[in-house]
Amino acid sequence: MIPAAFEYARASSVEEASKLLNKYGEDAKVLAGGHSLIPLMRLRLAQPKALIDINGIKDLDHIKEDGHKLRIGALTRHVTIQNSKVVHEKLPLLAEVAGEVGDNQVRNMGTMGGVVAHADAAGDYPTIALILDAEIVTNQRTIAAKDFFKDLFTTPLAADEIVTEVVFPVANGPHKYIKFRRRLFDWAIVGVAAQKMNGGWRIGLTNVGPTPVRANAVEEALKTGAKPEEAAQHASDGLDPAGDLRASPEYKKHLARVLTKRAIQQAQGQ
Amino acid sequence: MAVTQLVGAKIHRREDPRLITGHGHYIDDFTRQGTAYAAFVRSPFAHARIKSIDITDASKAPGVTSVYTARDFKSQLAGTHPAAPAFVAEKKYIPERFPIAEKEVCYQGEIVAAVLAETRGQAVDGANLIQVDYEELPAVMDTEKAMAKGSPLAHEGAADNISWDLTYTGAEVSDAAFKEADVVVKERILQNRLAPIPMEPRGVLAEYETYDKKLTIWMSSQNPHFIRLFVSGAMGLKESQVRVISPDVGGGFGSKISPYPEDYLVPALSRLSERPVKWTETRTESIQNATHGRGQYYDVEVAAKKDGTLLGMRMTQYLDVGAYVGTFSAFQACACLMAGGAYKWKGISARTIGILTNRVPTDPYRGAGRPEATHLVERMVDLVALELKMDPVEIRRKNFIQPKEFPYTQNFGLVIDSGDYEKALEVALKMVGYEDLRKKQAELRKQGRYLGIGFSTWIELCGFGPSAATAPATGGIALVESAQVRVTPTGSVIVYTGTHSHGQGHETTFSQIVADQLGVPYDSVELRHGDTSEGTAFGYGTYGSRSLAVGGVAISMAAGKVIDKGKKLAAHMLEAAEEDVVYENGSFHVKGSPDKAKAFGEVAFASYGMGLPEGMEQGLEAVAYFDPPNLVWPFGTHIAVVEVDAETGAVQLQKYVAVDDCGNIINPMIVDGQIHGGVAQAIGQALYEEVVYDDETGQLKTGTMIDYMVPSMGEIPTLNLDHTITPSPTNDLGVKGIGEAGTIAASAAVINAICDALSPLGIKHVDMPASPDRLWHMMKGAGK
Repeated sequence: MIPAAFEYARASSVEEASKLLNKYGEDAKVLAGGHSLIPLMRLRLAQPKALIDINGIKDLDHIKEDGHKLRIGALTRHVTIQNSKVVHEKLPLLAEVAGEVGDNQVRNMGTMGGVVAHADAAGDYPTIALILDAEIVTNQRTIAAKDFFKDLFTTPLAADEIVTEVVFPVANGPHKYIKFRRRLFDWAIVGVAAQKMNGGWRIGLTNVGPTPVRANAVEEALKTGAKPEEAAQHASDGLDPAGDLRASPEYKKHLARVLTKRAIQQAQGQ
Repeated sequence: MAVTQLVGAKIHRREDPRLITGHGHYIDDFTRQGTAYAAFVRSPFAHARIKSIDITDASKAPGVTSVYTARDFKSQLAGTHPAAPAFVAEKKYIPERFPIAEKEVCYQGEIVAAVLAETRGQAVDGANLIQVDYEELPAVMDTEKAMAKGSPLAHEGAADNISWDLTYTGAEVSDAAFKEADVVVKERILQNRLAPIPMEPRGVLAEYETYDKKLTIWMSSQNPHFIRLFVSGAMGLKESQVRVISPDVGGGFGSKISPYPEDYLVPALSRLSERPVKWTETRTESIQNATHGRGQYYDVEVAAKKDGTLLGMRMTQYLDVGAYVGTFSAFQACACLMAGGAYKWKGISARTIGILTNRVPTDPYRGAGRPEATHLVERMVDLVALELKMDPVEIRRKNFIQPKEFPYTQNFGLVIDSGDYEKALEVALKMVGYEDLRKKQAELRKQGRYLGIGFSTWIELCGFGPSAATAPATGGIALVESAQVRVTPTGSVIVYTGTHSHGQGHETTFSQIVADQLGVPYDSVELRHGDTSEGTAFGYGTYGSRSLAVGGVAISMAAGKVIDKGKKLAAHMLEAAEEDVVYENGSFHVKGSPDKAKAFGEVAFASYGMGLPEGMEQGLEAVAYFDPPNLVWPFGTHIAVVEVDAETGAVQLQKYVAVDDCGNIINPMIVDGQIHGGVAQAIGQALYEEVVYDDETGQLKTGTMIDYMVPSMGEIPTLNLDHTITPSPTNDLGVKGIGEAGTIAASAAVINAICDALSPLGIKHVDMPASPDRLWHMMKGAGK
């Protein structure tokens, strides 16, 4: 648990960070909250030659209301999202999810941009971003969430590209995120998000594959009037989750169905 | 007795301000000038031949001063890893174990090379550059298959994989009981392999002073005197040349009792390099190499009458020893001797088999054998009750050893000192609201919900122990305890104990005892431990809930000797006869004349002066060794209430009640703390924790805290605690141990509750950890 040697640079602007990334190329990693990256480095599963620390960049930590959109700066900590009045009013699902991330230490350090850019299958925000058609803004372009989570830990980000904002639509109708886990601070074995929006349901699944999954079949069934328990039977359609120490593939598929039913029912009960 | 009695008072732990604010001194806080840092290269394979080791690149790496392999240590270290006879005196096979492998590695993590460098990071970088050419051998990972003829061998060239096979009592001992039986229930009960996870991993800093030939070792140990004994012997030094300092230690749970390869290698590296050498274990190294606990399975049969009277038991313990025999590994066989629990039996047949595999060795882990025994007997008693459609409370009441029957000689000849098992049960039933819970359970069942109530009416033997029992078990040294009480000229008191506190709060409890007994202010009593160059010649360490019941009594005896001398001196000062002097509230006075008195401090000061009685030496201090006449036997009742989610298999622990009896209580807050920690640890075993290796390759799959799931605060419910007090007749303080009780009791309560919850589905037994996935599969299989 001693990381390999690395160089460290602290950027004070996005431009500077981008330049530094250019300098070190593929061997550099951006350091935001560090709660995913540093454990990987300690186990030497990641051995970046350089860390570009972006925590000193001032204008990346913000939550802005922009018409029917919420713009969340990449450096916004989970705890800020969890406690934000604006988020509670305009996108309460996101506040709920933020409050379920890790433990206090993680929520105090971990960031929106870090989770999105890391693209871990167990990340909670990516599921929300996907089902709400959020946009990931970088220093170079804007990418739709559905085009962003390509594969496990894989995004279209270029070597010198930095996530600066994630833009969500306002959605304050019935919603629920169920994060099924063994311990309070664990990642989801399976997570299910349900959000009523524009008269329809958006349903998403966390950690049932290499990327977040939008449960289209469930959404369709609900649209045609199926009851939650009926529609939820489709939550595992097309899923092929990998088994691990916590759960077998068949159990994960079962959880996807059960938790989808519960998420919709609980959202409806609000 | 002091005016204000400290014994029995809820006093905050004296050590907490230091520890909680980060001012403790743990092993990694120590360094010596000129320290070199060690990193070890460990086998990535469970079983392999070492063909060659190439150190060329590592030797040239920045900061690396030297690289060592097994050959370099041959001149430094002699002998093999100590394996105490414990409860299995005659072992068939104890593989030779040198601290560093030369030709064959037998578990993933076994050391094959050592690197010294100027910094810790450079040492790790250097270690990563060492190229070892291995030839993989088949790994023995299945304990049951390992016993079969023709099984691959955990050690090349061994006759088989059996380390021991001992029948304590043959089938004939329980035959009569089984003939009488109306019902016989059978079960295979697994004990999941657990990692100890002390908050502070291990670490060793060693400084060998070449010219003085003196070795000082700072290390995170429960047992510094035994380490001195083992390491001095292996290094060819006298015990007097070696000093072991075990400072603040952040938990041990048994994993810091036995010596480890690094405990020999780091001092040897210091002697080889002529520099102080430091090694600090990482968390992954700790999970991989610290001795594991449990790792067993049991085949059990119980015979009973229709009315619920228990008759007989037949049980075999299959214990995964790991790749080498741990120093106190065979102690875990005490599960056999404790299998009868709190009940009366006509006959118990018991056999233990120790099986070598290619996993890290197992050794005592909090409770060591007694949690296994409790889990086994409490599960089996519930299975009998289920078979007979009896209430689990009724069958327990019916079979308990009764208060008037103590001291009670149980089936294996062990004498249980005292107990009142039903009393603890009744208090717990009241606290949990048993009748209402059963009603609630029936209502919920109608709604398809599964509420369960689980009991563990546990007993324990602890406080090791009488010399006649323990000297043969360790191979010579009796696990008695020593103490020294020193009074300074100005009347303050320094107490040295041979026990070692690594979370138990000895600085507080032992000071309470001495302050009361000597009648001096609590603040003028200082407790010292953990340094072999201070205090008595030998100390025995802390494990097996022995510190108070053995060490505390030794302290009290030494304090008594101080009072005896003080009385002689006070009588001389007061010109009275010694037998007329009494000691009360910190003052010696003549019987009937309280004003004719000398305060403790005055007598202490005088003892260092002139004009002492004829033949009396100066000073006021005493040494005592306590050899207890028996072990002590705590007991209690734990009740767990769970609901199992019918759809997901998730277990919600709704309520937990524990009523424990550890005899007289010195500090109720510390007793409660021990129960809290112990119960949490056992909930970990019941629901979350398991060391998992790949069945084929022997690769550890749970090498981080992400995958090795220790429960957090969020998983432990509020524990409702109470106590009954049944003093032990074994010692003058009337105390029993409490350090392991929670761990011994709780897994059975939780699993019994889950089995009770799922009984409408026809599920009778559930293995640990009871993960939601496992329970969901069982519920699905039960046709629901």
